[in-house]
Amino acid sequence: MGSTSSTLLKIPNVEELVQETGFSPAHIIRLYDRFKVLDKEGRGHLCPKDFGAIKELAMNPIRDRIISAFFSPGKETVDFYTFVKIMAHFRPVDKDRPKDPNSPEPINSRSNKLKFAFQLYDQDKDGKISRDELLKVLRDMLGMQVTEEQLESIADRTIQEADLDRDDAISFEEFRKSLEKVNIDHKMSIRFLR
Amino acid sequence: MALLRQCALLLALLIVFSTPCKAAALEVDIAEVGSNYSSKSTDTETSTNVTTPTITTLPIVIWKWHHVETPYLVALWILTCWLCKLVCELNHSFTSVIPESGLLIMMGFILGGIVWGADQAQTFKLLPVNFFYYLLPQIVLDASYCMPNKLFFSNLGAILVHAVIGTCWNAGTVGVALWACYEWGAMGTLNIGPLQFLLFGALMSAVDPVAVIAVFEEVHVNEVLYILVFGESLLNDGVTVVLYNVFDAFVSLGGPKINAEEIIKGIISFFVVAFGGSFLGVVFAILISMLTRVTKNVQVIEAGFIIVLGYLSYLTAEMLSLSAILSITFCGVCCQKYINANMDEKSVTTLRYTLKVMANGSETMIFVFLGVSAIDRNIWVWNTGFILLTILFIIVFRFMGVFFLNWLLNKTRLIPIDITDQIVMSYGGLRGAVAYGLAAILDEKKIPEKNLMLGTTLIVVYFTVVLQGITMKPFVQWLKVKKATISDLTLNGKINNRTFEHTLTAMEDICGRMGDNWWTRHWKHFEEKYVCWLLMNSDARKHNDNIFGAFHKLNLEDAKNYVTAGEKKGSLAFIRNDDNASVDFKKKLALDYANFMPDMMSDMSEYDFGIDNVPVVSGMKNQIPSVSLDIHEQDRKSMPDDLNAHHLLEQHLYKSRRFNRPTYSRSHYKSSENPDEMQEIFQRTMRSRLESFKSAKMGVNPAKKLSKHPKKDSSHKPNGKPADPNRTYPYGDEDFEYSADSASSSEIAGHFPRRSTNAPGAGVDNPAFIPEVDTSAPMRNPPWQTEPGNNTAVAPSQRLPWTPTNLRHLAPLRRSARSADSIAMADASVDEEAPEEKPGKHNTRL
Repeated sequence: MGSTSSTLLKIPNVEELVQETGFSPAHIIRLYDRFKVLDKEGRGHLCPKDFGAIKELAMNPIRDRIISAFFSPGKETVDFYTFVKIMAHFRPVDKDRPKDPNSPEPINSRSNKLKFAFQLYDQDKDGKISRDELLKVLRDMLGMQVTEEQLESIADRTIQEADLDRDDAISFEEFRKSLEKVNIDHKMSIRFLR
Repeated sequence: MALLRQCALLLALLIVFSTPCKAAALEVDIAEVGSNYSSKSTDTETSTNVTTPTITTLPIVIWKWHHVETPYLVALWILTCWLCKLVCELNHSFTSVIPESGLLIMMGFILGGIVWGADQAQTFKLLPVNFFYYLLPQIVLDASYCMPNKLFFSNLGAILVHAVIGTCWNAGTVGVALWACYEWGAMGTLNIGPLQFLLFGALMSAVDPVAVIAVFEEVHVNEVLYILVFGESLLNDGVTVVLYNVFDAFVSLGGPKINAEEIIKGIISFFVVAFGGSFLGVVFAILISMLTRVTKNVQVIEAGFIIVLGYLSYLTAEMLSLSAILSITFCGVCCQKYINANMDEKSVTTLRYTLKVMANGSETMIFVFLGVSAIDRNIWVWNTGFILLTILFIIVFRFMGVFFLNWLLNKTRLIPIDITDQIVMSYGGLRGAVAYGLAAILDEKKIPEKNLMLGTTLIVVYFTVVLQGITMKPFVQWLKVKKATISDLTLNGKINNRTFEHTLTAMEDICGRMGDNWWTRHWKHFEEKYVCWLLMNSDARKHNDNIFGAFHKLNLEDAKNYVTAGEKKGSLAFIRNDDNASVDFKKKLALDYANFMPDMMSDMSEYDFGIDNVPVVSGMKNQIPSVSLDIHEQDRKSMPDDLNAHHLLEQHLYKSRRFNRPTYSRSHYKSSENPDEMQEIFQRTMRSRLESFKSAKMGVNPAKKLSKHPKKDSSHKPNGKPADPNRTYPYGDEDFEYSADSASSSEIAGHFPRRSTNAPGAGVDNPAFIPEVDTSAPMRNPPWQTEPGNNTAVAPSQRLPWTPTNLRHLAPLRRSARSADSIAMADASVDEEAPEEKPGKHNTRL
């Protein structure tokens, strides 16, 4: 117990983090330990190459997108506070917690989870998934299995499906609509973060 | 009359076989009985058409009833049972209240009553041997083969907990509680010991998949709940049989001989039998998958292999005294993915439907015979206390077990199981034929009160299947249980799923923990690397991608809908040269026309480009499409213009030749692969291309200038809608949207898995039709018919065989046997035809 509280003391803004993310202190400590492991040089922040050093991540076809999701535009580093906030997207939704209408929307709400997924596609941050952007993701994920032209037609068709205003791109609203029936809470949550 | 009754009795004896181990002895019996019978009948009956031992003259026809009676009666009973199902399904307002299984049981009562009335004895009943060897396997195989794989494995933990621990709990508590009540004196005096009670508890704990599917299929609860109940009932059968055998052995041993050692042995045997059976199933699944890699040449019986091997996995497990039900379950679940990929799409469909027919058929028979079996004076030993307490205990302990286990599971589950779901799970513990079968094989020597147990089992089955079945639906509605959301197959969903998966694994990696996704990912990796290599043929491996599969399936659906909608809207009328219909098509054409050609051109250029760098092509080139777009082609061909008689004749002559070719082949379905025809087609193609090229040069056939049109813009093709909203409709023809409604209905189509070997490209372009595409131009406008007004129709007609706008997404995947140079030629001809096109089209419109 003593060690727990002493670790907690080392973390800046702990209360705020707990408040904002809904993580329990135990989770925060665990994440903090992991953060320190990743931060090999002990600078107190991570840069993209720290993420690149995670060797399991190397297999992931969309790792670059996910890594860049940790960094806000123009910044080369991510501190622990932001790191935890990003992780909080994947906390399962807890139903027991009483809903307080005044409190701000929790980070792990459905629409925030969707926003996170959306920005993985929307690399130029214009609020729309263009055909090219989609194509890039598809290329990453499908890789060698299909040919370029097949990829293109898949991309076209995908956009057709979601594209309501016929601007040949998927806006966030359209993105959300297309996933209306999907149980996002289930699919964008990690069990051990509960 | 007496004779009739005797016959019936005899036949009944024959149909209702005893055990197969006595088969030889039985055969002798049959022979004896048969000879007795024939001699008897000759005694009593003097009519001449009965075989007589001594033949005085050559008989023309002979009455040989006893030669066929066994199979004949079996067939008749099958027919009767299925007719019962037919009668039950006649009125849907009835089945919506009472589940079909309940109705079938009631039908069984009636049939049993009729038999009883005729024979004054029970001559037909469900024998455990028949049930376990001939009726149950296909039901389990079908259920496991059609199991939603991913859902099953992702909930396997919960299912196993319920199936193993829950079943043991039920068996133990029901047995002990009944015994306690007996000791307390609630049942009067019975000759049942504690071990027998436990044995009874074990057989009572079998939640029956057949009954559960029958009821839950009509209720449409959410998929997690469904898979929990269904998976549990499936695995639980296996566990129950194992438990039953263990307790049966204990009963045989007798109370005093059971010591700690025997109990430990019993527990070990429980696990060996259960896991051994599952393992055997996996082994058979691997065998099946490997076998389907090489069955390409015997496609007709391909589907049969799976059924036979599945059955063998059942029998083998039975032979090794492992759990047969678990074996066939895991066999079906594990092999489904690989065999679906390996086999031809037709075989997959065949397998699916065959299994469905067999499973539904035996299910029907089981329920009817559960009813028929009730009409027997001997089995009804009434003991109110015993029966009522059994019903009470199975319900109470089931609720307790389910709630307790779910409480445990919910501690770790990502999405906890709702309280309403838990109630439905508990209430869905229907007992069925497995319990009856197990009760029926109880040995009367060891268990003196067998008939009481059998009767009680029957009552429990009726109670759960009929009463709980009837109340299930209102109950589910009243509890407001989450219903299944019918999610459409969308590419968006598929793609995003993939993204989510990758994101989650990445996050887990970043957190440095091994979560669920870690396992999924590593299994996938392993599967891709080794399992698929071992179990899938190379063609299937190449196209083994989820997203691409969805894409392929959607395209197929679109194509089908396009055809059906096209037919509905009058293309057939057009073939009869109906003016109205033709006008429609012309308009449609005119609309498509505007931005269609550029599409085609760009597609074709892509195609040209792609053909060299696509390694897959060679595999697909020669394939005949899985979906034949015959009608489609036909429609498009006949759509465009004023048909002149020549063209009509030509087309039909060609067709008729195609169709009149003898299409029956003992072992092949495909008829379009005739080399002669291909040769002919090729020659025709070349000739006609040459002609069209010439005529184009002479300026006979006008065409549109292609280069003027902007490159295609994919926003113009929302799924199935008329292309561009901004485009003017020169004829006020906005309602020509036949694929708009078809697109919306596209989700109805079946959920059969994709055949990966049939790559989309192969499914789109039927080489058999290519020649006609090209011949059409010169043929339709023979020189003597070339008038200014008529010319115009030709150009559109050339376009038509290509994909219409609303199916544009099909286009880029075209990959036909057409050579690149032919395309170049087509391009050339079109280009040359360009100048006069516009005015021509104008004419048509007016």
